[in-house]
Amino acid sequence: MNQMSRRQFLRVTGATIAGSSIALLGFAPATALAEVRQYKLARSTETRNTCPYCSVGCGLLMYGLGDGAKNASASIVHIEGDADHPVNRGTLCPKGASLIDFIHSPNRLLAPQYRAPGATEWSPMSWDEALNRIAKLMKADRDANFVEKTEDGKTVNRWTTTGMLCASASTNEVGYLTHKAMRATGMLPFDNQARV
Amino acid sequence: MTNHWVDIKNADVILVMGGNAAEAHPCGFKWVTEAKAHRGAKLIVVDPRYTRTASVADYYVPTRTGADIVFLGGIINYLLTNDKIQHDYVRNYTDMPFIVREDFAFNDGLYSGWDNEKNKYADKSSWNYEIGDDGFAKIDPTLEHPRCVYQLMKKHYSRYTPEMVEKACGVPPEKFHHVAEMLASTAVPGRAATILYALGWTQHSTGAETLRTGAMVQLLLGNMGIAGGGMNALRGHSNIQGLTDLGLLTNMLPGYLSLPGEAEQDWDGYVAKRALKPLRPNQLSYYSNAKKFLVSFMKAWWGDAATEENNYAFNYLPKLDKPYDMMQAFELMIQGKMTGYICQGFNILASAPDKQKTTDALSKLKWLVIMDPLQTETSEFWKPHGDFHKVDPAQIQTEVFSLPTTCFAEERGSLVSSSRVLQWHWQGAEGPGQSRSDLEIMAGLFLRMKKAYQTEGGKFPDPILNLTWNYANPAFPSPEELAMEYNGKALKEITDPKDPTKVVLKKNEQLAGFAQLKDDGSTACGCWIFAGSWTAAGNQMARRDNSDPTGIGQTLNWAWAWPANRRVLYNRASCDPKGKPWDPTRKLIAWNGTNWGGADVPDFKVDEPPENGMGPFIMLAEGVARFFSRDSMAEGPFPEHYEPFESPIGHNPLHPNNPKAFNNPAGRMFPNDRKKLGKKEQFPHAATSYRLTEHFHFWTKHARLNSIIQPEQFVEIGEALAKEVGVVHGDRVKVTSGRGYIIAKAVVTKRIKQLTIDGKPMHHVGLPINFGFKGLTKPGYLVNTLTPVVGDGNSQTPESKSFLVKVEKA
Repeated sequence: MNQMSRRQFLRVTGATIAGSSIALLGFAPATALAEVRQYKLARSTETRNTCPYCSVGCGLLMYGLGDGAKNASASIVHIEGDADHPVNRGTLCPKGASLIDFIHSPNRLLAPQYRAPGATEWSPMSWDEALNRIAKLMKADRDANFVEKTEDGKTVNRWTTTGMLCASASTNEVGYLTHKAMRATGMLPFDNQARV
Repeated sequence: MTNHWVDIKNADVILVMGGNAAEAHPCGFKWVTEAKAHRGAKLIVVDPRYTRTASVADYYVPTRTGADIVFLGGIINYLLTNDKIQHDYVRNYTDMPFIVREDFAFNDGLYSGWDNEKNKYADKSSWNYEIGDDGFAKIDPTLEHPRCVYQLMKKHYSRYTPEMVEKACGVPPEKFHHVAEMLASTAVPGRAATILYALGWTQHSTGAETLRTGAMVQLLLGNMGIAGGGMNALRGHSNIQGLTDLGLLTNMLPGYLSLPGEAEQDWDGYVAKRALKPLRPNQLSYYSNAKKFLVSFMKAWWGDAATEENNYAFNYLPKLDKPYDMMQAFELMIQGKMTGYICQGFNILASAPDKQKTTDALSKLKWLVIMDPLQTETSEFWKPHGDFHKVDPAQIQTEVFSLPTTCFAEERGSLVSSSRVLQWHWQGAEGPGQSRSDLEIMAGLFLRMKKAYQTEGGKFPDPILNLTWNYANPAFPSPEELAMEYNGKALKEITDPKDPTKVVLKKNEQLAGFAQLKDDGSTACGCWIFAGSWTAAGNQMARRDNSDPTGIGQTLNWAWAWPANRRVLYNRASCDPKGKPWDPTRKLIAWNGTNWGGADVPDFKVDEPPENGMGPFIMLAEGVARFFSRDSMAEGPFPEHYEPFESPIGHNPLHPNNPKAFNNPAGRMFPNDRKKLGKKEQFPHAATSYRLTEHFHFWTKHARLNSIIQPEQFVEIGEALAKEVGVVHGDRVKVTSGRGYIIAKAVVTKRIKQLTIDGKPMHHVGLPINFGFKGLTKPGYLVNTLTPVVGDGNSQTPESKSFLVKVEKA
């Protein structure tokens, strides 16, 4: 992974030139550097990503604060277009330019929730409880409704009473694992967002 | 896209139809601007609405939604009648000379094989070429045989006259001619036109055939396979291309391999049907390698449990009796035939047609699982939200689980852009709260089921128990491990068949590409078209060299494109039959006397001399492109216009006296949905749905900035309609269809003009989709409250771009 970007390179070399030439003029480096306005993103970590919205596949530079220390977690503070990217060449549209507000949306889901039959509200549930229950429901339905053979004796090994719709913004790796895990059960009502 | 985003800059003429790239794909659209500024390219926009794409067009034509096959069929007729076709291209690279069977016929809107009793095409055998005793299709290179594809096509589209275009589309002949002439200017070597389209073409009951008609125009003009040409689908989501490539569809497997139908009980027959033999001498027919793709796929998923003796675990694959697409699934839910459903990052209550039907369907489930980074309308389908969503929770017995997932910034992996380019991205932060990666959730569910099958047993556990799961942390497979798996590797040492002392691949070595796949179980590959994305040299999707040595936008070392890092599909067709580029200034590849090469990876056998006559369309058994699609489309071999299922004119102008040819004879509607169809007398206006540039689908209404710049739902109507229903800009209007109603502010605009269709005035109504009752924007109605559950004949895509409504003052 090449995490040193053109921008970082400029930042490092720029800082070096500024620092050394000021020193040559007789200023004490510490004082001189204190005069230079701090580049806001200098303390951030740059990560390359791809816009998750439409399919132009615009390159993003995400800037995160957090020094990687134990118990400190990074938070994305700024996103801009990747100037090196051959398609978007640094530009972003009104959607991509506001991505920071998707990450930090007040409507992000933070914990698993459960709605009981007939209930009017959500109630909290732990991950283990949720996954155990869903896996149990899936197996119970598969065992009850899996069709091994048709009436006229054809082997079909299909499961059509539980289905899944798959995410259009998930990575290839998520898509691949999802397909593998679900199709192995014989699931046929398995679809994605290509049509809508 | 057959071509790619940057390649648009090489076009001389750009047709945007069935899409609005300036607003929906802004940063890709800049390559249109680039072509206009630096090549002097001309932009044509054909759309019911004067969009921002139209606002920068050289020529804009308003047309009626749902009538695009008439417009494009008219272009085909114009090109054939005026002989504005690229002769050397179509004669050599298309099926024009192929002779069609004698029993093939077309009668007043219906093809041979139609069964009037069963109301369907019961027998498609006549939709084929005449096959000789040698097994090859018969041809007439003079194109004079009355049943050759050229002659049949000419006859078929002779009905698509400028007068018919005016009648059906509301486009006056002079405007139509102007567009036809601009496109026809590219029927010569040295000029290229591209077509950019999106869901404005696909979301119709005749969507797939509309695309085909566009592709036929491009073939006639010699625009397929060349720089600045192609048929370019602008996909709507960041990885919907990838999910389709990976086969996450009811009837598919990774790499466009298809699942068996239940009649396919025998492995050899299943493979043979997909391993197409050449239909003409000296043709490649690359799918003749299908067994290698299939066996390697089965080895990737089932490893040692897939053996030659058990037909590579063929029985592990479920066999279809029908497609179980999204709309079919909801129909089964309504009928009480489904138990559970999982929505992974998919807000179906908002996305699927007929919100009431979706609500009723989900209410019949025993359980529903939502995986999403954001709150969605779907996750709260059981909860009342004022007038926007009326339900009684006490009546809904569905158990609902809401599982928080991470988003793009909090994960790493690859996405496939519309350019077919797989780009790797890196994680910048951890997800908030207890959110988890989809990988961890899917692994968590699968491993729990597997454990239960191990301990308790159950129905046919074999494919679950034997599924390969060799990940360092089984509970959380890494993106790197999965990418390496879909690329594929050698399962044992593989030597060169010509020189057994030479080792091509060591055991466990990553494949360099799909040419190395074997059909004897010695290679594993999860998705054959992605082979080459993670080779022995590492992750090719993470490459970041943006150099473009030829200056035509071919950045071959930037990330990795499927297939084989090829950036322009069918690029052999960019050269004449002798192997010289049609246009040396935009050269993609050429024959140098010993092999093919150039600015792109050749879409051809690299050492095949041109004089052998191998055609450029190597994925087809013909070796050439098809105007006549044989039996591969549901409606027939040539695209024909059928009216939307809700038609504002009430008859098919091409077949006014044949009610069977009113709507797509192969379109799909379930009986209860048919009852909800509206008639023009009650719902006189043609509605179409679309996205706003400030919003992405139903997501950005949860993002603060987007909610500020476009805060509230509205309906777009023209001045004439506003006057007719007595509303002014800013008034509230009620829009009703056979499925329900929405109420929103009216934006009265000059951008939507009244059209004259079949001699009568007709209005369009524009419905932005981006609003709903969850989010930071003002609560609104889901537009899919209004849309009908109609499926395209081939893809079962809903007809959300053309349906009937009534507009009145609220």
